[in-house]
Order: sequence, then structure tokens, then C-alpha cells
Amino acid sequence: MISLPHYLILGAILFSIGVVGIFLNRKNLIVLMMAIELMLLAVNLNFVAFSHYLNDLSGQLFVFFILVVAAAEAGIGLAILVVLFRNLSSIHVEDLDQLKG
Amino acid sequence: MKTLYLLIPLAPLFGAILAGLFGKFIGRAGSHVVTVLGVAISFVLSVIVWKDVQAGHTFNGSVYTWLETGGLTLEVGFLIDRLTVMMMLVVTFVSLMVHIYTIGYMADDPGYQRFFSYISLFTFSMLMLVMSNNFVQLFFGWEAVGLVSYLLIGFWYTRPTAIYANLKAFLVNRVGDFGFLLGIGLIAAYAGSLDYATVFAKRNELAAITETVTGWPLITAICICLFIGAMGKSAQVPLHVWLPDSMEGPTPISALIHAATMVTAGIFMVTRMSPLFELSDTALSFVLVIGSITALFMGFLGIIQNDIKRVVAYSTLSQLGYMTVALGVSAYSVAVFHLMTHAFFKALLFLGAGSVIMGCHHNQDIRYMGGLKKYMPITWITSLLGSLALIGFPFLSGFYSKDSIIEAVHASHIAGSGFAYFAVVAGVFITAFYSFRMYFLVFHGNERYDQAPPDPHHAAHDDAHHADAHDTSHAKGHDDHHEDHGGKPHESPWVVTLPLVLLAIPSVLIGFFTITPMLFGDWFGGAVVIDAVKHPAMAHMAKDFHGASAMAIHGMMTLPFFLAISGVALSWFFYIKRPDIPAAILKAAKPIHTLLENKYYFDKFNEVVFAAGARVIGHGLWKVGDQVLIDGVMVNGTARAVGWVASVVRLFQSGRVFQYAFGMIFGVFALLTLWFNRA
Amino acid sequence: MNSQLLSLAIWVPILGAVPVFLLGSERRCLVRWLALAVAVAGFLVTLPLYTGFDVQQGGMQFIEQLPWIPRFNIQYLLGVDGISMPLILLNSFITILVVLAGWEVIEKKQAQYLGAFLVMSGLMNGIFSALDGILFYVFFEASLIPMYIIIGVWGGPNRVYAAFKFFLYTLLGSLLMLVALIWLFLQSGGSFNILDWHELPIGMAPQILIFIAFLMSFAVKVPMWPVHTWLPDAHVEAPTGGSVILAAIALKLGAYGFLRFSLPIVPDASHYLAPMMITLSLIAVIYIGFVALVQTDMKKLVAYSSISHMGFVTLGFFIFNQIGIEGALVQMISHGFVSGAMFLCIGVMYDRMHSREIADYGGVANRMPKFAAFFLLFAMANSGLPATSGFVGEFMVILGAIKFNFWVGFAAATTLIVGAAYTLWMYKRVVFGDVANHHVAELTDINGRETLILTLLAACVLAMGLYPFPFTEVMHASVDNLLKHVAVSKL
Repeated sequence: MISLPHYLILGAILFSIGVVGIFLNRKNLIVLMMAIELMLLAVNLNFVAFSHYLNDLSGQLFVFFILVVAAAEAGIGLAILVVLFRNLSSIHVEDLDQLKG
Repeated sequence: MKTLYLLIPLAPLFGAILAGLFGKFIGRAGSHVVTVLGVAISFVLSVIVWKDVQAGHTFNGSVYTWLETGGLTLEVGFLIDRLTVMMMLVVTFVSLMVHIYTIGYMADDPGYQRFFSYISLFTFSMLMLVMSNNFVQLFFGWEAVGLVSYLLIGFWYTRPTAIYANLKAFLVNRVGDFGFLLGIGLIAAYAGSLDYATVFAKRNELAAITETVTGWPLITAICICLFIGAMGKSAQVPLHVWLPDSMEGPTPISALIHAATMVTAGIFMVTRMSPLFELSDTALSFVLVIGSITALFMGFLGIIQNDIKRVVAYSTLSQLGYMTVALGVSAYSVAVFHLMTHAFFKALLFLGAGSVIMGCHHNQDIRYMGGLKKYMPITWITSLLGSLALIGFPFLSGFYSKDSIIEAVHASHIAGSGFAYFAVVAGVFITAFYSFRMYFLVFHGNERYDQAPPDPHHAAHDDAHHADAHDTSHAKGHDDHHEDHGGKPHESPWVVTLPLVLLAIPSVLIGFFTITPMLFGDWFGGAVVIDAVKHPAMAHMAKDFHGASAMAIHGMMTLPFFLAISGVALSWFFYIKRPDIPAAILKAAKPIHTLLENKYYFDKFNEVVFAAGARVIGHGLWKVGDQVLIDGVMVNGTARAVGWVASVVRLFQSGRVFQYAFGMIFGVFALLTLWFNRA
Repeated sequence: MNSQLLSLAIWVPILGAVPVFLLGSERRCLVRWLALAVAVAGFLVTLPLYTGFDVQQGGMQFIEQLPWIPRFNIQYLLGVDGISMPLILLNSFITILVVLAGWEVIEKKQAQYLGAFLVMSGLMNGIFSALDGILFYVFFEASLIPMYIIIGVWGGPNRVYAAFKFFLYTLLGSLLMLVALIWLFLQSGGSFNILDWHELPIGMAPQILIFIAFLMSFAVKVPMWPVHTWLPDAHVEAPTGGSVILAAIALKLGAYGFLRFSLPIVPDASHYLAPMMITLSLIAVIYIGFVALVQTDMKKLVAYSSISHMGFVTLGFFIFNQIGIEGALVQMISHGFVSGAMFLCIGVMYDRMHSREIADYGGVANRMPKFAAFFLLFAMANSGLPATSGFVGEFMVILGAIKFNFWVGFAAATTLIVGAAYTLWMYKRVVFGDVANHHVAELTDINGRETLILTLLAACVLAMGLYPFPFTEVMHASVDNLLKHVAVSKL
């Protein structure tokens, strides 16, 4: 029987992979965005797990919200990425330090 | 009567304002009419007030309240007593003479109206000074006469020497005023009033006080501070340096301000303060020593001067020393007596010198005069009388006053009186020598007026300070007579000679008629206070006095008389009989001559130590203090410190997203750890 | 008693500036006359403050009270006593002169220039009459803005540096004041009323901290040594009118702050730190005097002499006797006239020669005799000649200082010599002598407008010197009150 802790542990692992992906990844901006999506997914997993455990549908409702927002975010993010690539002809994270003080 | 008192100073002030502000409208004649009229009014009124005071009506009251603060009520008011009224007479009379004289002397000057405005303003200020009944008004008059003196010395403001001299005069006077103000401050702090009568009423309490911070006896501190003011105004060593240079001004004001009236303000002030000075022997000794140094050493300088005005200026310094000596031995009435006679004969000598300068076409160098008695008979006679009065020839006014000073010093036992006695007796000989040196060189001997070098102004001042070296410009007005230079000397117009004659009369007579009431009668009433037990000089003199004629006859058998006669004889021998001897002596005594030539190096010292020193300090404070320490280290240093911190902090701003993300995560963990481990 | 006089004094110039701004600089003639009319109106509405002033009463008069931000109990609370009333009159009077001084010489953006001065004038009146801590702070800070703009826009070549230095110096100081104000608000249980703070008991340690916080703010404004170096720069770069307002009024804000805040709110700390304040004041008097002596730029020289004279003001405050404090107040007003006049005189020459260097001048008296006479009067007033206003304040402070301690008086009195030395030496080099060069030879004497300005100031200088009684009369009761208050410990 798969119990709540299993879901939570899976969520935590996914989230950690996402986090580590953000600051270990030095190569590609797209990987960075995937890492962010991964973190959102982990959160969603937690929501669904708790919703089932607590018998409260509002958790699953939230998941839909998050999915919509994440989709929109991914769209905007990809658009920015395209513009960025046009201007800098690179989407390497290493090269993106224009805010350096 | 109060209106009358008020009118006395205000009449000249009104004249000054008219001539000064509306000089263009009323014209040259208009301005001398209004100013002469103003001074004449105050002279006539002074005579009326004098009669009134003789009848016993003294006055002490205020006109308006100037200021009220911290329990101190400061008023503008008048004190009319016998001392005041005598000063008023002297001031207005000499001023009137000088006003008339100026009509002739300044006839060609473009600044005619301005000059009249200034001298009338001076008369106003001087009257405010002597008529004051409190210290604030005294200080007002004191500084106001200084201001007018500043304006008049620099009257020909295009001359570098003149504007150097007037700045110097003002600043040296300010040094004196610094002391004076401290004295006033001490009085205000401890007596709680600046009114003469109130302060004098508390004098015995003041004498018992010790100044809390400094630990000095209060009364001595007050008197010495006040006397420092007098040293500035009355040109006592070492604050005398401004007076010889002040001769840069036109001659009428040298007579009025720098001989007869303003410079005697210090003497008047100490006399006015006699109730305080009597309580401090230390202060009196200080006064005495300063006075005798001035009397003796400034006389020496008169011997080597070649500028006719400077000879008279040094003689003024020396005579001021005599007056100060008289103050030091508590013979206040003698000092004021000498002040009065001196005002007449010194004004006479100065105006005579001015007349000679006019007659010689603005040459001031006595080496290029000689034999003038033929051309300028009135000037000659009056100058002779003035010189005789100055050296103390019996029966003339100077004799009575100067001999009284010598007697008073002789009778005194205060510390320093031995030296003072030597100084004043030796001074008699020196005075006689330099006065008659000038007299013989100017009026007797060969006529040398055609031998003058082409630039008389320059030659006359070759002994002046170094600024002269750059003197390439010449005054407008005064030196406009270059073209007729070398012509025969001529007697001056009547407006010039009339004052000479009118001044010669009191110079000869006034001593004889006034010595008995002034020195030994009750002339000054309560105005002068002498502690007869501690300072018996005056009482001692009164015992030996048997009338003016007896004094004069007795005077012919005393040491000062012989010294004076031998001084005259020696100068006659040197400058008429054997003119080669002075040159030989000059060569033999070169170092002494150099010392005298440089006026004992006072000017050099002041220039190097004070003038240059102040500039060095100022420069140091500005460059090092303000620019390096405050602006450099503190202000810009702060800015640099901020910049340095920023340059360190900016290293964290790498611009890399993953580093920021790491920072955030790390921060969240750190905060969570703290949260869960909180106590 | 709810009179509107103080509100009028504040808002007439500020609101009057609005049409001046709106008219724009194209219609120069109209703008000038309008600005002058507003300035004169601003002065006229302050006159009833003097005529209606009750000299017997030491407390606040003409009080106005309205709620402003009730949430924090901040009020629109105005009132004046004998200390602030003369300063309001002085400010409104000087504003007229400043408008006149900018009549022809300001070429660019004249409407904005004149408007800035009108706004400034209203804000200054606000500072002098505010009795609410936050209201005071708002006016105090707001007054920086017009000054900053005046220096930064109409200033000399180095104006941006000077404007920034001025702004940062003063802002840095006043931030600490805000901290002190908020602390006092909390401590007093929620009141920003300055008069409540006067009665608030405070321990010694906080008193000292508050004193220092206020000191930081006010010392910069005065300015006291060693935070004075912004002033010469600001003066040198500011246009003539800016220098006049800066010297005549802005410097008084700091001094006024000491009397309104430091002394009555923290009397024990004031007594405790008085020796330090006296030392700083004497350093200002003497040190700055020597520095002024060697200046080659006339405006810098007068700027330094201002610092030296303001040293007398702070000295007078911290010797804690009536003659000292009243002398300091008299000195403040007199300095308003004299330093204003000195800057105007320099402005008159600068307008013609476009140089402030002493070395470029010489023999000005030959070409400008009328001007030379006025300049002499003001130079003499600057060196403290009796019968001019410059003497009265110095004299009173020196008397008070000698009463306090002979050596303090001694040190203060040296200004008699040094002050005369730097002023008259400058006067000698600029005005006396032969015509120095062909620029001087082409000078023309002052015109009617300049004569009017200088005559007005000369009349004030002489009137105050000859009859200072009315000036001190209005101060007596308030200064008396203040001294009694300061003498009581708050611990």
C-alpha cells in the first residue's frame, strides 16, 4: 500500500532535483525552466496527496490553478527566451550576467 | 539746557550730513558754510554751557535708552561737568580753526565737500566721546573718531601709502579697543552698570574683588585693560606705530585729529576714570612707565626726521608721553592742563607746517626750505611762538603745563617715578633740539627751496615704510601743483593765517591765566578724584606754588629751563652756524642713526610677526585645516569610505541567476534553522 | 484666539509663487512686478505680528491649531514668541530685497528664479512658526529644495558640486533629528507638540543622545566648526540672491533650532555639553577669522566671515545668561542685514565685472563713489563698528562672555581685531587705490534700483545700531522664560 509519506518523499525528491537543477545548471536556460516546472510539479503532487488524505477537494482545485499559471509562465518564459536568443545569440546561463554590479 | 547739550554735537553732525550727502547740490561754498556754521554753533553753545557750569550747574542725565538687557540698562546720555566742558571748548575751538583753515588749504582739492563732511563728522564723534556719561557712548565716540581718522588718513585714496597708513591706523587702534572693550566688559560684569556715576559709586566694592577666573585684582585688571585702549588711541609705545604714518592725511586733520583732539582722547578717558585708577598703584605704575618710554624715545626719532609733518608728529608722540606720565603720578589735572595747552600750540604748529607746505608748493622736506621768514612773516612769527610754547619757554602756556608735569613726577613716589623723572627732564632737551632744528631749517639759514629734487612727495617720504618703494602713482589734488614747483615761496591767504593768529593767542597766554584755577583751584570739582594720602604729588606741588608769575620766574633758574635753552643753542649751532657738524655726527654714529631711521624696528617687527604671521596662520588653517583635514579627510573621506564599502558589496552582485538562487535557498535554510532553534 | 496671521505669512508667498511660475519667463516685466508684489504682500502680512505682539508675554502668541495627521497626532500647530517673531519679519523683508536684486541680472528662467525665492520665504516662515515637531521637520527639509535648485540652476561653473555638497551635508544632519523627534514622540506618549516636549522629563543619557542628534542637524545649518565647509562652496557658486538668503536666513535656522529644541528639551545635556559648544564657537570665531584673512575670493571671504559671526551666536546661547542669548539673537538679525548687504555689494560688482577675485579689482572708489560709501558702511558694520547693528550683538555677547568667564570673553573679543583686519583689508584692495585695469575703468556707479536696495539695508543697519531697544524689547520675556526653563533640571 502506498501511503502518504511515500507521496511526500517523492514530492520532496522532485522538488530537490528542481532546486539543485537551478543552481547547478550552468549551460542552458531551457533546463532552468524545466527545473522550475519540476518544482511546481512537486508542489502539485503534495497538494493532490494531501487532498486525498484529508478528503478535501480544494487541494486538487489549487492544482488546476497552478497548472494554468505554470503553463502561462512557461509560455512567457519561452517567449522571453526567444527574444533573448535573438539579441544575444546565446542562451547559456554563464553568459547572462548583464545585471553584474 | 538739555536741548542745548543735544544741539552741541548735533550741529556738526547736521553739517556733516549736508555736506556729505548733498555736497553736489550745495556746492563747495555751500558745504564749507554749513559745516563751519555747525561747528561755530557748537563752539558758541559750548561757551554758554561753560558759563553755566562755572555757575555750578553740572548735568548728568540720559537722552534715550539705547538698550536694556540682562539687568543692564544702557543709555545715551550726557555728563556735563567741568572736565567735559573744558574738553568741549578745546575741541570746538580747534575744530573751528581747522574748518576755517581748510577753506584755504583744500581750495583746489576735488574732494572738498567730502573733506568738510568728514571733519564735521569727527567733531560730532569727539563731542559724543567727551560728553558721554557712560561707557557705551564713550566707546561709540572712541570708535567713531577712529573711523573718521581712518577715512581722513585715506582721504587721498589713490595713494598706496595713504591707504596702507589708514588700514594700519585702524587696526592698531583696534588692538587698543580690544583691551578697552575687555575693561568695559569687566566693569559690566562686576559693577552691573556702565553708567559712570553708578560705577564710581561702587568703586570701593570693586577694589576689594578678585577676578574669579584669572585671580587678578579686579580693579587693576580693569584699569590696565582700559589703559590699553588709551594706548591705542593716544599712541603710546608699543601701539604708537600708526601715528607717524597717519601724516599721510591732509595737514588740517593732522592738526585736528592727530595732534589736538583725537589722540588726547586716551588722556581724557583716564582722567575721567581717575576714581578707578586711583585705587590701583600697579595700574598707575604701568601707565607711568609706558608714558615715560613714549616721552623719551619718541623724542629721539623727531631729531632725524626730514619731513616737516613727521617732526611735528613725533613731537606729538613725545608730548602725549608727557601727559601719560602725568596721569601715572595721579596728576590728572596737570595732564588735562597739558592736553589743553598742547592742543593749542600743537594745532598751531601743524597748521603752521601746513602753511609752510602750501607756501613751498607742497614740498614737505625741510632740507629744501630755509629762509622762509622773509616770505611768510605771519607763519614765521606764529610758528616761533608755537615752538617756544612747545619747548616750555617761561610765561608761555607750554611752560606751565610741562613744568608742572616735571614737578609732579619729582614729587611722586610711585614705582617707576625715578625713571619717569629722568625721561621727562631729558625729554625737555630733546624737544627743544628737534623743534628748533626744524624751526631753523625752515625759517632761517640759506634759501634752499630751489634745490628740491623733482619729486617732492617722494623725497619727503623716503623714510617711510617699504610700500613707498612701489609708490609710482601720485595723489590727485594735493600734488597738482607740480607745474609751479620751484617758484618763490609765498605767504598763505588770510583764511589760513587767521587761524594761526587765533591759535597763537591761547598758545601764549592760556597757561598763565588758567594754571592757578585748573591745577590748584577747584576747577575740576568732583570730576577728578585723587587719593591724597597715597598719591600726594599734587598736594605737594600746591604747597610750593605761589602764583603763575612766581612760577615762571622760578622756572628760569631750574634745570629744565637750562636744558631747553641749551637744546635751542645746540640746534642753532648745528644747523645755522656749522651745518657740517650734523653730517659728521651722522657718519660717526651710523648704527644709532640706522636704529632711529627704522624707528626702533617696531614697524618691521609688526609687519613680520603680526601681519605676515596672521597670514601664515590663516593660510595654514585654510589649506591644512579646512581643505585637507575637514574637506579632504572628513567630507571626501566619508564619500570614499562609502565608495569602498560599495565596491566590496558589489562583488555579490554577479548578475548570475543561479548564484542568486543559491543565495535565496541558503537564506531560506538559514532562516528556517534559526526559526526552529529559537529559544 | 485663532488668528490667521502666521498662516498668511507662510502661504501668501508660496501661493503667490504659483502664478509667477505659471506666467513663465517670457513676460519678464510682468513676472518681476508680480513677484515683487507678492514679496511686498508677504512682508506686509507679517507686520501685524510686530504691532500686535505682546512684549510682556513670554509664551507663544498668534497660535493656530488644526489636526493634520490625526493617526499620529500630528498637528498643524503654529505660534511665535519673541525669539521667532523678529526672524519672520527679517525673512520677509530680505525676500523683497532678493527679488529686487534679481531684477535684471537673472537672464534665464527668471520666473522660476523669483518663484523659488517666494516659496523659500514661505517655507522659512513655516520653520520659524511651526510648533509641531513633524511640521517643523517638513518645513525644515522642504526649504532645502528651493535652495538646492537655486544653487544648482542659477549658480556658477562649479554649481552642481556645491549644490550636492550643500544638500548632502544638511540632509545627513537632519536625518538624526528625525530619529530624535520620533523618540520624543514615543517618550511623550504620542505627542509631536514641541511645547509638550519642553515639559517632558528625560534621563541624562538619552538627553545627551538627543542633544547630539539635534546638534548634528543644527550645527551643519549654522554652520559650526568643523561642519562648515559646505558654506563657502555654496556661497561662491550661488547667485547673489541665493547667497543673501543663505547667509541672512538659512543660517539662522540652525541657531533657532538650538533655542527651540536643544536648550528647552534637553537642558541638562545642554549644560553638560556647554563647554564643548563654547569651544567650538570660539574656534569658529578665531580659526575662521584667520582663514577669512587669506581668502582671495570676495564671496569666500564674506562666507567665512559669516561663519565667524555665527560663532558669536552659538557662543551667546551656551553661556546661559540673558545678555548672551539676547546678544546672540540681535547678532542673528544684524547678521541678516549685514551679510546680506555684503553679498549684495559683491553682487553689484560681480554683475559689472563678472569676477569675484579681489586681485581683479582696485580703485573702485574712483568710478563708483556712491557704491564705495555704501560698501564702507557695510564693511564697518561687518567689523563691528558702534552705531551699526554689527556692534550691538557682538558687544552684548562679549559682555555676556566676560561675565561667564574672562578668558572666553577675551578670545571672543579678538574678533574686534581680526574681523576688522579681513574686512578692511579686502575693502582696501578692492575699493581704494588707483584704477587697477581697464575693466575697473569702465565701471558705472550703482543705478536707482541698487541704490534703493542698499539704502534700505543701510537704514536697517544704522537704525538697529543707534536704537536697538525695540529689538531687544520683544525678546525679553521669551528669553527670560527660556532661561528660567533651562535652569530647572529635567532629570
